[in-house]
Amino acid sequence: MPDGPTQLLSCIPRLRRYARALMGSRMEADDLVQDTIERGWRRMATWRRGSDMRVWLFGIMHNLHVDHLRKPVLSIEPLDENTPVPPVNPTQTARLEIRDLETALQQLPGEQRSVLLLVALEEMTYDEVAAALDIPLGTVMSRLSRGREKLRALMEGSTMASPLKVVK
Amino acid sequence: MSGLPVTEADLHAYVDGLLLPTRRVDIEDYLATHPEEFQRVNAFRAQNDALHAYFDSVLYEPLPGRLSGADTPHRSPWWLRIAAGMVIALVSGLGGWFAHSPKTTDTQVAQSATTELLPAVHQSTLAHEAAIAHVVYSPDSSHPVEIGADQEEQLVSWITKRLGSDVHPPKLAKLGYELIGGRLLPGQRGPVAQFMYHDATGQRLTLYVSTEQTQNKDTGFRFAQEGPVNVFYWIDGKFGYALSAGTDKAELARIASAVYEQLEHRP
Repeated sequence: MPDGPTQLLSCIPRLRRYARALMGSRMEADDLVQDTIERGWRRMATWRRGSDMRVWLFGIMHNLHVDHLRKPVLSIEPLDENTPVPPVNPTQTARLEIRDLETALQQLPGEQRSVLLLVALEEMTYDEVAAALDIPLGTVMSRLSRGREKLRALMEGSTMASPLKVVK
Repeated sequence: MSGLPVTEADLHAYVDGLLLPTRRVDIEDYLATHPEEFQRVNAFRAQNDALHAYFDSVLYEPLPGRLSGADTPHRSPWWLRIAAGMVIALVSGLGGWFAHSPKTTDTQVAQSATTELLPAVHQSTLAHEAAIAHVVYSPDSSHPVEIGADQEEQLVSWITKRLGSDVHPPKLAKLGYELIGGRLLPGQRGPVAQFMYHDATGQRLTLYVSTEQTQNKDTGFRFAQEGPVNVFYWIDGKFGYALSAGTDKAELARIASAVYEQLEHRP
């Protein structure tokens, strides 16, 4: 089995995928990944060798994300020529964009979104999700069920609006 | 058929492929007679597929500089910030010279006298940077190198041009290591090169070549251990070489000697 640091580095693409789906914003997602790697690296000694590095790291990421959400501060970002121009959503198209999976995802409550993404995207078992998020298995199941139903309602509600898109 | 009642959890586990085959058959029987549940299950499956279709591309994106090594204005790279903390560990871990082990006494190791105690920070930085580059790139299965060994000529001319010095990857086939290829990396003052090799078991080895060592005196072989990575490094004129791998010290010493010898005897 590869050693800790190697496993940590090999988890980076998966951490990024999950963070991107969780946060919506690329920049914020990569900030979260960076913080996760740093904390993981510093706490490597507390990782139990032979246990699943992925579950451990996703747990770290979850805690950082929760801490971040608790902070009632405005995030400040230095602007320079590398700063991407934020996409502009004209209000008249905003309703149609609800079709977008990403938009629908962002409308889920955060706790449901985390569980759904760890299961659907990261393909963790329910026990692994419970361990990563440090919640009981029953809570995993109820959040998964509610998250899926809500996402389905959001996506289906928007599908009905889709014919509008072709009307010019 | 087990006859156990079908629960909501069963349906989700069915969607996620987490059921034993026997139980899966139960659920399929159940869904055949419950069209609404069948629709739900299909919708949930479609969600899983859509999420993968939407986000899996992130897995294959090149890592942004701050997650992989190169600097960006936004935040400094994670490994640099960690590096600050690791310098102490490194210096204490170095412990001075690499002592001859029985297996290496017969090698033509360029051992400068005996004395001066190491850690000149500049020199250990070489080992440290090489080790970081090793752990960043060697686990990469899809893009371990920029130019592969199948285009070795192109690799050599590119690296030679960018480094401004004649740099060839040594041939290590006799030691069981084959060249995978190489890449350029940002060094402290300019580009540095990394050549990557692997053996039959897939064990990877990297040779880091810097041409920035004008400030440093020549050294003999030195050994550093950075977490799981063992590094042999030495400075020869403006060239700094660092050989990194997860293999044990004696094996790495053997390879380092071979590399040193080839570089020394190159026409």
